[in-house]
Amino acid sequence: MTARVVTPDRVVGAIALVLALAAPAYLSSYWVGTLLTQMLFLGIVAASLIFLSAYGGMVSLAQVAIYGVAGFVVGNATTNGNTKGLNLGWNPWWGVLLGIAIAVAVAFLFGAIASRSIGIYFLMITLTYSVIANLTFGQVTDISGFGGISGIPAPHLIGNVNAHAERLYYIALGVALAIYLLLRYLSRTPFGLTLQGVRDDPVRMSSLGYNVGLHRTAAFAFAGFVAAVGGVLFVWWNGHIDPASIDLGSTIDVLVIAVVGGLYRLEGAWVGALFFVVVQNYSQQIGFIGPRFETLMGAIFLLILLVSPGGLVGLWERVVALTFGRHRGPTDRDRNPIDVGQVEPSV
Amino acid sequence: MTGSVWAERLRGSGGARAFATRARVLRGVGLVLLAALVVLPILWVAVLAPTTGKWATSFGSAAHDPKDFLITLLNGITAAALYFVVASGFTLIFGLMRVVNMAHGAFFLFGGYIALKLQRHMVGEGGAFGLTSSQVNLTHWIVPALVGTVVVAGMGLVMQQVFLRWNQGQDLRQALITIAISIILADQMLAHFGGVAEDIAWPRNWDTFVNLRVKGIQYTETRLVILVIAVAIGVLLWLWLKRTRTGMVIRAGVDDRAMVSALGINIQLTFAIAFVVGSALAGLGGVIGGSFASLAPGVDANWLLYSLVVVIIGGMGSLGGAAIGSLLLGLTSNFSAAYLPANYTYYSIIVTFALVAIVLAVRPLGLFGRPA
Repeated sequence: MTARVVTPDRVVGAIALVLALAAPAYLSSYWVGTLLTQMLFLGIVAASLIFLSAYGGMVSLAQVAIYGVAGFVVGNATTNGNTKGLNLGWNPWWGVLLGIAIAVAVAFLFGAIASRSIGIYFLMITLTYSVIANLTFGQVTDISGFGGISGIPAPHLIGNVNAHAERLYYIALGVALAIYLLLRYLSRTPFGLTLQGVRDDPVRMSSLGYNVGLHRTAAFAFAGFVAAVGGVLFVWWNGHIDPASIDLGSTIDVLVIAVVGGLYRLEGAWVGALFFVVVQNYSQQIGFIGPRFETLMGAIFLLILLVSPGGLVGLWERVVALTFGRHRGPTDRDRNPIDVGQVEPSV
Repeated sequence: MTGSVWAERLRGSGGARAFATRARVLRGVGLVLLAALVVLPILWVAVLAPTTGKWATSFGSAAHDPKDFLITLLNGITAAALYFVVASGFTLIFGLMRVVNMAHGAFFLFGGYIALKLQRHMVGEGGAFGLTSSQVNLTHWIVPALVGTVVVAGMGLVMQQVFLRWNQGQDLRQALITIAISIILADQMLAHFGGVAEDIAWPRNWDTFVNLRVKGIQYTETRLVILVIAVAIGVLLWLWLKRTRTGMVIRAGVDDRAMVSALGINIQLTFAIAFVVGSALAGLGGVIGGSFASLAPGVDANWLLYSLVVVIIGGMGSLGGAAIGSLLLGLTSNFSAAYLPANYTYYSIIVTFALVAIVLAVRPLGLFGRPA
């Protein structure tokens, strides 16, 4: 059977892209500047988590910590007086370079330490990373302290985020698209294929001569790069970062986004992020929920886990399969996405 | 220690001798580094830590100030006692069922809040800062402690039966389910108990100082009470696991769940018992922790972290591992807070991270961990 050029997935993708490109024309600046921009960078962070989970079999809770490292470094490097931190006063672009470089280095270290564990061990180890990063930025007053860093400038190109919401939006959209394409491309390179081999059978891959730990570490560092890009967009958007931006709640928010969207397809990251920001924004107006947004989100998360472990994208795929009656052969996507990996000793 | 792994793998295959030699050298370098990382801090605390200059510490070295050294040691051990109470429940549940109960921190906080509210109900609201110990007698502490423990045990049982019983073996899904439950619990506790830090009052008979008759140390009695409770729990758990039939079934279940149920033993009942006991320990830990420190939103995350660090260091599912892990965490955090140079004590959290990193580098499954 030849591959069809027009598939439901592609149609929806194209429509979503057109809608996203034209968003400033038909949506209020609040929607574009606040909700959609937030959706884009949260989606980037969630995409780094989904990449690790789908192709590496590692569900990481450290992505928000790494995103925070990038954000804090940018904050320290580019602010100039009047706030906590080092106030180096660099040009924002140099700050971005440094932020991403340090975040990737931290991710490499984290990945190297955790690379011999997978499954729930990996989940637990990365959770400790997340909490430790949060506590570190809360306690080490040289680089942040409890109140965090304020007044982080975005580059001239973007200007004032409130006045020109669409500039950051388009930049975030471009970056998100680039990241999406890069991640898809990477999964088809020899590295990406080896990584999927490591996910499925680490023992066999290592007998074939592949360095399993190194592949996992490299994948983790690369996902750290993606998360760091999200962190940079976040500080440009917010102008402020504090330890609460990377606390356990935020870590779990990104996990919820990834799981609600779908832990095994990159598109799920942005689907989940859109769902998350819309619910976060509008649930407060529903009388009986009011400020109990976290309870609502926890309940949705629980429901998704119980009913559709593939998330919203998984539901969509089921609908497509039912409507169009397509039967694929067994692929990666038919595996239970949140059942990857067992506890496994060192390889 | 990738060196040792490579060495093991290559030993069997011929023609890899050069590689094995290199691996041995790498391993040697690793061991030397490791020894330095262990020995240097001990030397620093014992003799090197100064009291003046750029690197001045608050107390100086142990040789210089043995009294404060002993107090820090006791603080570390008693903190470890509380870590052990909480983490032993966590490790018990994991060991048998391979369930990482991410709601363990929320259970801790919930147990504490139940006891707090009950104590307030029994004694009265107290002043602006809550009750003081002088208003509280032994019953006013023990009854809330028991009720908090039992309520959390029941909650654990319900969670296990409703959400975790039918999806055994899908460990990641189960971990995520417990995360979802912890989100809901934490938010509901914030709604019902508020965001202000509160603490449970110790009974007046315990809230005193004990003269240890060593270097004239007057030590907080409540910390010693915690130590006694923890040791008692440790001994009871050990006896239960090693000397009773249920304990025997649990240990067999840890090793081979399928075989145990094939032998006609009701493994579901055993799972339920283990979950009840594990949750009860979280609840009891919450009562003690709420008396020792305080209860507030966010405390659940900290205690989840402590439990995770303890079991990651000690090895999942091992009671002895939980004890050693607690001790290492308690000592490391207390000594780094007291013996880092005074201008840098806030780096003590990094020392905790270093502890986790070093242990994982040497033993990926923790000090006492065994492959599943």
